[in-house]
Amino acid sequence: MSFVTLARIQKSFGHAAVVKDFTLAVERGEFVTFLGPSGCGKTTILRMIAGFEQPSAGVIRIGGRDVTHLRANRRAIGMVFQAYALFPNMTVARNIGFGLKVAGKPAAEIEARVAEMLALIKLPDLAGRYPHQLSGGQQQRVSLARALAPNPQILLLDEPLSALDARIRVALREDIRALQRKLGITTIFVTHDQEEALSISDRIVVMHAGAIEQVGTPAEVYNRPKTRFVASFVGTLNTFAGVVADPAAGALRLGETTIFTRAPIEGARAGETRMLALRPEALSLEGAADGANALRVVIEDASFLGAVVRLKARFGDTILLADVFNAVGLALPQPGETVELSFRREDVIVLEGD
Amino acid sequence: MTSAPAASRRIRLPDWAAWLGVAPFFVFAAMFLIAPTAWLLVGAFQDGDGAFTLANFVRLGQPSIRLSYALSLEISAASAALGALFGLALALAALRGGLPEWVRPTLMTFSGVASNFAGVPLAFAFMATLGRLGLVTVLLRTLGVDLYAHGFNVLTFWGLTITYLYFQIPLMVLVVTPAIDGLRREWKEAAETLGASAFQYWRMIALPVLWPSALGAALLLFANAFGAIATAYALTGSSFNIAPILLYAQIRGDVLHDPNLGYAVAVGMLAITGLTNLAYLALRSRTERLR
Repeated sequence: MSFVTLARIQKSFGHAAVVKDFTLAVERGEFVTFLGPSGCGKTTILRMIAGFEQPSAGVIRIGGRDVTHLRANRRAIGMVFQAYALFPNMTVARNIGFGLKVAGKPAAEIEARVAEMLALIKLPDLAGRYPHQLSGGQQQRVSLARALAPNPQILLLDEPLSALDARIRVALREDIRALQRKLGITTIFVTHDQEEALSISDRIVVMHAGAIEQVGTPAEVYNRPKTRFVASFVGTLNTFAGVVADPAAGALRLGETTIFTRAPIEGARAGETRMLALRPEALSLEGAADGANALRVVIEDASFLGAVVRLKARFGDTILLADVFNAVGLALPQPGETVELSFRREDVIVLEGD
Repeated sequence: MTSAPAASRRIRLPDWAAWLGVAPFFVFAAMFLIAPTAWLLVGAFQDGDGAFTLANFVRLGQPSIRLSYALSLEISAASAALGALFGLALALAALRGGLPEWVRPTLMTFSGVASNFAGVPLAFAFMATLGRLGLVTVLLRTLGVDLYAHGFNVLTFWGLTITYLYFQIPLMVLVVTPAIDGLRREWKEAAETLGASAFQYWRMIALPVLWPSALGAALLLFANAFGAIATAYALTGSSFNIAPILLYAQIRGDVLHDPNLGYAVAVGMLAITGLTNLAYLALRSRTERLR
């Protein structure tokens, strides 16, 4: 049985439906990320799990217990906020010990746990500092320690890295993941940053307009986006329309060119138009191997990005982006030159819907 | 082609034009703040013939003057404490009590007006409402509550304190509102997820964060009341001998005409309000560290 279940959750503010029929099961110890643009409802769901918002409909269960209408301070949840939210009138040690203090734990136990948590977040010497004496990254580590100190059932992370600069963000996200694995705590993480989501999660829930677009592992979401939204939101993707020529053979027509998918196109009929997607890194300048697809394109531009070179190419009315690895002696095509871009059948993604 | 940074495109006044812009402020401050203060300080150390003396400050120890200071301190402390308490409660209720949205702007507008409503109009308003034949007094009497029979009199210490509260409470609302707005929602939510009740949140987080601001605002109220004269004079005439009225009596040229003693009284008041303001600034800087 799943540890956290959200069954048909809905949330409206006035006439605006912010969350629509959201159903998800999270396993014990799993790290699940809600990924989506601003206003997609991801934070609202997190706040409903925390108990700060009441669902308009649906049931929330944690550890098999219905907590839908349970007050936030009775849910045994740890939460880390985007803006740290450390109590400014308390030292680091008192912040971390706050949850244990309100639970009425003895001073010695609180002291020992605070020391343990400070060691865990690698800030053992900062117990006596106040929040305004800490950097953003240190504050967020303390915030994490404070959330974990009372041994919560689940950990909720509401865009905890968004306020930090890039270098600290990467370091802290690795630390968060390492801590989560070490403690085995069920974690739900909210972010609009696809790189964060891909790097840290066991599973990603991609959301759009209050509904789930796709749930899957980072590899599934990246390599096999189900919808055009997921394709466009997660990573860079070339999307274009193709006409189904032979569904059983996985054949599609792109103008005068025929390409093939790795498998039959399920539920499609010949003559139907389907949206297709290709990752830029799936396209290659090297000649098509046996059975691979190829498109003749006109190069419009080439941008040197260090490890890769991004080519901008025109295929009919469609602009395609192709990332090729930089190598010493790489001969790049010139703008205006016609070249062949090849890709494997496995790399063709047939998107659901229009 | 690169574009110039936005900052360099900003219209920049020449130095002399910027100084010209702030010149009226400095002229005003020099004429009506610095020069009179300097005049007071010099005059406080002079006798009637202009010779240096410390006698004026020695005379501040006279029982009548000590009493005036004590009365001023008491009435300022009472109106500041009550104003701070009621003002804080009012602001918390309006800002954090979950009341309809129109309550806040209504209260703020009223507070902006009422905090500046003092002097003769305020004295008249209280005479017309809480005087012996005032509207509220008569209304309460018809309901069986006779304020004056219970010892209340608007011309007494508590009468004047209540009158001061009319501008002290709104001033507290205005001064403490930014501090209440500074209580971040995440603090409450973080406390809740950690198991704290609403009472624990207020006791352990919100009030400790708020108290320097609230105490600082109370000090501001104290200074405000300590320097007030028009309301007290219009309400009680010279029968209620608070320090500003005593000062006024010394310099206006009637029976007690002794301007140099008046200057010394004023310097004493300056010292008290100055210390109060220093304490306020210290508390404000502590508050800013908590943000």
